[in-house]
Amino acid sequence: MSLVVDVRKRLGSFSLDVSFEVESSSEILALLGPSGCGKSLTLKCIAGVLTPDEGRVMLNGRALFDSSARVNLPPRARRVGYLFQQYALFPNMTVEANIGAGAVGVSREERARRVAEQVRAFHLEGIERLRPAQLSGGQQQRVALARILAGDPELILLDEPFSALDGHLRWEFEMMLSDTLRAFPGGSVYVSHNRDEVYRLCDTVCVVADGRSEEKLTIPELFSTPSTLAAALISGCKNVSRARVAGEGGARGATLACDDWGVELRTTLPVPPGVTHAGLRAHYLRVHADPARAAGEPNVIPCAVDRVIDSTFSTIVMLRTPGGALLRYECEKDAWAPLAGARELAVVADPSIVMPLSGGDAA
Amino acid sequence: MDWYPLINSLRIAAISTVVVFFAGIWLANLVARAPRLVKGALDVVLTLPLVLPPTVVGYLLLVLLGPRRPLGALAAQLLDLRLTMVWYAAVFATVIVSFPLMYRTARGAFEAFDPTLADAARTLGHSERWIFWRVKMPCCLQGIVAGAVLAFARALGEYGATSMLCGYTPGSTATVATTVYQLWRTGDDAGALTWVLVNLAISAVVLLAMNWFEARGRAGAAARRAGAR
Repeated sequence: MSLVVDVRKRLGSFSLDVSFEVESSSEILALLGPSGCGKSLTLKCIAGVLTPDEGRVMLNGRALFDSSARVNLPPRARRVGYLFQQYALFPNMTVEANIGAGAVGVSREERARRVAEQVRAFHLEGIERLRPAQLSGGQQQRVALARILAGDPELILLDEPFSALDGHLRWEFEMMLSDTLRAFPGGSVYVSHNRDEVYRLCDTVCVVADGRSEEKLTIPELFSTPSTLAAALISGCKNVSRARVAGEGGARGATLACDDWGVELRTTLPVPPGVTHAGLRAHYLRVHADPARAAGEPNVIPCAVDRVIDSTFSTIVMLRTPGGALLRYECEKDAWAPLAGARELAVVADPSIVMPLSGGDAA
Repeated sequence: MDWYPLINSLRIAAISTVVVFFAGIWLANLVARAPRLVKGALDVVLTLPLVLPPTVVGYLLLVLLGPRRPLGALAAQLLDLRLTMVWYAAVFATVIVSFPLMYRTARGAFEAFDPTLADAARTLGHSERWIFWRVKMPCCLQGIVAGAVLAFARALGEYGATSMLCGYTPGSTATVATTVYQLWRTGDDAGALTWVLVNLAISAVVLLAMNWFEARGRAGAAARRAGAR
């Protein structure tokens, strides 16, 4: 299984420029980015329902689109399954007929066999003769997946598959989807703006920001050591400051002058070229009410407590840094209890959690 | 009583509805997908007969189809066929006058069609022809049938252009609408009233059919909404 995508497309004032590869069998790649960043457009270019201006899309060595060789296969010849956000089931057909519509160019017997197989696999027994309007959102999603798999595609594209489902239903279908994609022999490209879904479902991730794709990362890399501002923000990093490298610290690590926070912080993480920002995850910070207890620690940020927010399962503390910008600290409610009422806190950022980031506007 | 005007009206309306049905679907589908500028221009041309007085349509048709006019002369020479003052000449008038009703209703239905359904069908491996006949048409059927019923009703009631093209010849070009006028003009009030009642009855049936289709559509939409929940 291999998918190579490298396409450019202009649409009005928006320009799309994405490139990534899916290399191994049953790899699930996430395209992660905020709404309107071009993730869905990318899927449409792969499926062929939208034609890129230039570039190429190769699937298992087959050119689906190649502007230099003037290849542009119609969608029906691409063997790419596409799970649409609203599932796009044919409203005039029964569940059975919808699934059967996925099996194109096969004999009547083979189609019936595949429909029966998918009905079993997705537990659709008893609703085969209903129409999409009579199904719940979850059932619709299962029928849409069954329809795609009945066509035996080489690749599956999923466009925010949970956006049409209610919160409490999502979990159940997420597990079902995970099983389905794991069992699928080809690769999958999963579009989402939800980092938690991506963390649980995918193997690799490509952050897309403002029409541009960044380097492909493994899921642990995205969440532990994102190297760009966009990746840090989409992976849930709440604290970023404009920063520049103030001093090298040997082969690994450096000192970053963080302008918004008004401090210099040591980092032991790899420093990408062109650092513009530093990031700190709200959960990884440590705080001391007594500054003496922070003495000797490498990165200490003396802060004033600005406000304390009681959240569902945690306490969020907004801290005023020497540079004037706010820093967000988050901890268990129990951990905050002994510190409640403190006006000043010494914040300790271990050098292993200070993330040097590139790709933002320069400091 | 001579039922000829009713039979003539029904056959004219039926033929014209068949023509308008296919032409309307074809052009509506074309215009629904056309670029904006072309769409605007075509839309004006295709809807024009809806706002023109039928006498203007009749005049323009006579200019084209009259015995000494280009198309009329051609038909006479090649096929030995008259295009005016014969019963089937009314079909030209009713096609032009009822076409916008079919076209606009069908276009509305096509424009409301969710294009992702077509995209989904394409990615599943289906041809454009399959998509049109198996997904698009069934999804838009209600609007299309409604348009056809409206076009049929309009064709049945056509008077202005028809009388200009065919005149009134009993047993030949007489239709329900022209008969009502002719009988009233000659002082046969009772005869005119009979045909008025016939006309009212047909119109009521057509409107009932329309409402039945609409109610069925609403029930379908309600079921879809309930299903989404």
